[in-house]
Amino acid sequence: MELKTKVNAEDQKQDLVITREFDLPVELLFKAYEDPEIVGQWMSTNVVKHESKKHGSWQFETKDPKGNVVFRANGVFHEFSPNRKIVRTFEMENAAFGVQLEILDFERLTDDTSKLTMHIIYESIGRRNQMLQLPFAKGLSMAHDRIQEVMNKLK
Amino acid sequence: MNLRRDVFQAIADPTRRAILLLVASQAMTAGAIASNFDTARPTVSKHLQILTECELLNQQQNGREIYYHLNPNKMKEIADFIEPFRQFWDDRFNKLEEIMKKYKNNQA
Repeated sequence: MELKTKVNAEDQKQDLVITREFDLPVELLFKAYEDPEIVGQWMSTNVVKHESKKHGSWQFETKDPKGNVVFRANGVFHEFSPNRKIVRTFEMENAAFGVQLEILDFERLTDDTSKLTMHIIYESIGRRNQMLQLPFAKGLSMAHDRIQEVMNKLK
Repeated sequence: MNLRRDVFQAIADPTRRAILLLVASQAMTAGAIASNFDTARPTVSKHLQILTECELLNQQQNGREIYYHLNPNKMKEIADFIEPFRQFWDDRFNKLEEIMKKYKNNQA
């Protein structure tokens, strides 16, 4: 089966490209990046600030059930062109990953389908590889736990 | 200069990625592999040497011919490297898609 989300990370480069096709009109795909409330829902984080415009800034914050902040990130928008393109910076606070530049292209495929191309540029090759390896193993195991939970209920 | 040969260096080159795709379906001789490319034969040989050094390809003597075949374990090493990151984004995008489909239906 063709994978819906693709990651192209070439060796000895400090960037990577994530592509994904959606069963959504490009307007709805863009809205998921524009409406602060919806952004928070699919990113599973609290959107503290999200000024969806050129020179606007954004801030996310995630707390554990006890109220401790476990994740905080912020950045600014350099371009915010509806249904077309977003250019923004992304920086995790209190983490050693540095700042990254994200260029998001929104493309209409048909009336009901669209494609997102996300080009991420890191400060160095080392930072990119660190980002690829470290935090996501946890995300994956959490996803597996969720599947396990659902399967357990079906038993 | 002694270049460090690892699997990620090996797959950085588009010709080497094409060779891996070719050999994935069946073991092939260097001549058969080279016939698929416009590149000069010695260049293809060099790529095969790098892929073999990185253990992505194994050589097998069959009479007078040497056949190259894919080492699936080593290929898995590459897939595992990117896979958690890919899966992370796939989960997120699936959620985005699900939320926006509901949103669309609520608007209708």
